[in-house]
Amino acid sequence: MTADVELDRVSVRFGGFTAVEGVSLKIEQGEFFSFLGPSGCGKTTILRTISGFVEPSQGAVRIGGRDMRGIGPNRRPTALIFQSLALFPMMSVADNVGYGLRVRGVGRRARRATVERLLALVALSDQGGKRVDDLSGGQRQRVAIARALAVEPQVLLLDEPLSALDLKLRQHMRTELRAIQRRVGLTFIYITHDQGEALTMSDRIAVMNRGRIEQVGDARSIYEAPQTGFVAGFVGETNALPGRVVAVADGEAEVATALGRFRGRNPRRLMAGVAAVLFVRPEFLHPGGGENECAAEAVDLAYEGSVTHLALRAADGTRLTAQLAAAARSAAPAPGARLRLGFAARDAIVLPPAATDA
Amino acid sequence: MRSAGTHWVLLLLPFAVIAALWIAATLERRGGPGFVRRNGAVVATYLLLAVGLWALVMIVLPQISMVELSFRPKLPAAQMGGPRDVYTLENYRYFLFGSTVSTAHWNVTHLHAFGLTIVASVLVAAFDFALCYPLAFYMAQSAPPRRVRLLLLLLIAPYWVNEILRAFAFRIIFATSGLLNTLLLGAGVVAQPVDFLGLDVGMYAGLSYAYLLLMVFPLYNAIESLPHSQIEAARDLGAAWWRIHLDVVMPYARPGIASGCTLVFMLTSGALAAPLVLGGPRSLWFTPIVYDRFYQAFNWPQGAAYACVLLLACVGFVLTVLRLSRLSLGQITR
Repeated sequence: MTADVELDRVSVRFGGFTAVEGVSLKIEQGEFFSFLGPSGCGKTTILRTISGFVEPSQGAVRIGGRDMRGIGPNRRPTALIFQSLALFPMMSVADNVGYGLRVRGVGRRARRATVERLLALVALSDQGGKRVDDLSGGQRQRVAIARALAVEPQVLLLDEPLSALDLKLRQHMRTELRAIQRRVGLTFIYITHDQGEALTMSDRIAVMNRGRIEQVGDARSIYEAPQTGFVAGFVGETNALPGRVVAVADGEAEVATALGRFRGRNPRRLMAGVAAVLFVRPEFLHPGGGENECAAEAVDLAYEGSVTHLALRAADGTRLTAQLAAAARSAAPAPGARLRLGFAARDAIVLPPAATDA
Repeated sequence: MRSAGTHWVLLLLPFAVIAALWIAATLERRGGPGFVRRNGAVVATYLLLAVGLWALVMIVLPQISMVELSFRPKLPAAQMGGPRDVYTLENYRYFLFGSTVSTAHWNVTHLHAFGLTIVASVLVAAFDFALCYPLAFYMAQSAPPRRVRLLLLLLIAPYWVNEILRAFAFRIIFATSGLLNTLLLGAGVVAQPVDFLGLDVGMYAGLSYAYLLLMVFPLYNAIESLPHSQIEAARDLGAAWWRIHLDVVMPYARPGIASGCTLVFMLTSGALAAPLVLGGPRSLWFTPIVYDRFYQAFNWPQGAAYACVLLLACVGFVLTVLRLSRLSLGQITR
């Protein structure tokens, strides 16, 4: 595998504000790569840096091994799909798709053949003559994809393209985007703040916070083995129990928290005596006993079909959430009931506290 | 004098039109909440009366009386309403063929001025568009808000000065011993002062400047609503900057372009101050000729006919252009 897009210590500053700080990354040919992070974390700036609308203040962007410095967005081998899609309302669907070829001086006949092929690829073969405004949201989405693919980019960049769609369509478009990516075999770089999108579609994910990359990995490692407190808290639901490490042994650490002493995995090899946070996901918190145990009072039950969310309050007021699978629903306590909660040490993880105010 | 019947028609017409508007408003109510329901009876009545009266008294009636006047012969006051006061095409014939005693086949002077006015107005509109488009684009898409406000102020401030005064200011700039010539002579660019006014440079500059704002604002409004992402999308797809303007910005701003060009064209072809004050001795703009019909020749019917010809030509021209560019009148007033 060759690196298709390479970010080499890229920093982007706007005036006194640092949007991206020292990001280094290699994205491989044919990979579906996502940048995941809260709004303002710099992920859109990274995308605009790769597409050429923003020049890095420091560092280099290389695409296919070639340094992109000084090369404008109209001459880079990338195509960007905008959050707003930015389809041209005064052109027909076919003219939108063929626009990139038209400005490259491709003849009318060759253009029509490509447009037809791409409209077929996104299942819009009979819609070429329509106005963009006459299409539905999902269809417009697919026109934007076809328009970007028409210029045969080496890398396709997608800036939260699904955020304007309703939930059902968004889930459908996830599968569709993934299928299109497999069919054309291009490198996709995807920007999103929606962890569901990032986890389901991506080969690899970079979780970003405050202009820096916190962790890069596939969906499983991001979700199951977060390396920082920010990643553990941002990706998926979790219960965070701050405290201090009191003992370490066999890759596990024991943390003294307000609710008691708990053991969890210790991937960062924290030493005894340092401040730490123990994270345990709601689906691993069961009523009944376990290696780690604490007492809490059930506050509220929220039934959501496949799972039931259980809101709890510990003796000191700490709020906890647990998730009961449908099979375990009979074990659900009534609101107000006091119960014991337990979780296994391998399901909890001990990480340094997130440096939120650096 | 005119017959009493004409006066009655003129007096009753406003009320007839208001009644018609009222009926139209009532009919509109059939589909959903109508005009009266939406605004309340008092406001609705006020709107109908105010708009109806304004449109009629200020626009429709004077125009009708001008059209009527243009078909009458020029007569001494004593003979008006007399046996010789009959409808005639004489004034229009004069525009085309000139005086009955002249030997020329056509009224060359007036026809030439008329044609020149139309052509020059088109050129002025085109020139203003070329001048204003980059400015409007910059203000609408690139400039920071603070600079936009400053630019708007700089654009508007000169228009606080009266139009005639502005025309005289241009005279001072372009006169043989004026500012521009002094500068050019001082810099050694020319050896002799250039007769800018005689060459009509002053007049065309004055005409171009007179209605500049009416080009800037429609363009600015139209371009401002274009999402910046469309420009970036075109750029990302490989378009050069001039293609982006041609393919994305201008088609999007078409209603604004049409609106600006129509306004500038119409007002330029009917402009009076700039041609009167800045026109060289050989320049023949059509509006001073119309003015002369009224106030030099005291031939009001003929002046009315000339004004009608100009108005009809301009309206016809504008409608043709709109038809060719496939825009409706409603779109450019948005």
